[in-house]
Amino acid sequence: MASTYETVAGIISSTSDIPLERITPQSHVMKDLEVDSLAFLDITFEIDQAFGIKLPVEDWMGRVNEGKDKGDEYFIVGNLCSQIDSLRAALAE
Amino acid sequence: MRLENFQMLDEVETIDVERLSIVAIARVPYESPVFDGHFPGYRIMPGVLLLETMAQAAGYLLMAQNGFARMPFFASAKTANFRSFVLPGSVLKVKADCLHAGSGYAVMTTSLECEGTRVSDAQLTMRTIAFPTPALEQHVRREGQRLGFLKNAEAG
Repeated sequence: MASTYETVAGIISSTSDIPLERITPQSHVMKDLEVDSLAFLDITFEIDQAFGIKLPVEDWMGRVNEGKDKGDEYFIVGNLCSQIDSLRAALAE
Repeated sequence: MRLENFQMLDEVETIDVERLSIVAIARVPYESPVFDGHFPGYRIMPGVLLLETMAQAAGYLLMAQNGFARMPFFASAKTANFRSFVLPGSVLKVKADCLHAGSGYAVMTTSLECEGTRVSDAQLTMRTIAFPTPALEQHVRREGQRLGFLKNAEAG
C-alpha cells in the first residue's frame, strides 16, 4: 500500500505535470513547485478523493491571509501529508 | 435564453439541495445577435455557450445550497463534449449533479439533453467565494428570484 507521501507526490506530479523526482517532502507546493491556485484546486480534489477527506483549504488560506500562519504547515509537501494523516485519523475515531 | 446577456436558464424543473442535483430548462431563441456570427448561413449554438449553460445550472444549484451567500465561479472544465449541433428553437434539459463538495470548491457533472438525446456533457469545477461586489450580488439575487430560487424579500 502506498504511503501518504507517495500518493500525494504522485497526485502533484500527475495533475501539475511535474517530474516525480523534483518533488521532495521539503518542497513547498506553491513556492518551490510553482503550482498555481487552479492546479492546487485539482490537487485538492484528487487528495480529497484518494483519502476520503475534505482538506480545509479555505480555513488554511484564511489563516494565512490573516497572518495567523505562514502556510508552511499546510503547503510543504511533508507537512501536507501530516495534515492528511491527522484528518484521516480524526475520521477513523 | 438571452444569449447576448448570458442569461442561459429559463426555469428550474427540479432541484434537490440535499443531494445537490438540479434539472433546469433552457430554450434556445430563434433570433439572437450571436447567430449573426455563429455561423452566417448556418446558425448553431456556440459550444462555449453550451458550457456556460451547464456552468450556470451548477452555479445556481450551489447558491441554492448556500443561501445565495457566496458566488460560485467557473474554474475549470474537464472532458467537455459537444456531441450534436444545437439549433435555434431547441429546448434543452440542463442537468447538474455534485460529484464532490470540497472546501471552497465543488466538482460537478453536468449535461444537456435535447428531445431525450444527450447533446453535451462536462465535468466542471466551481470555486466558491464571497461576492466581489454588491452590484454582482444584487444581479445574481435578481436572477435567483427570476428562476424561483429566492422570494421577493430575499432578492434584495
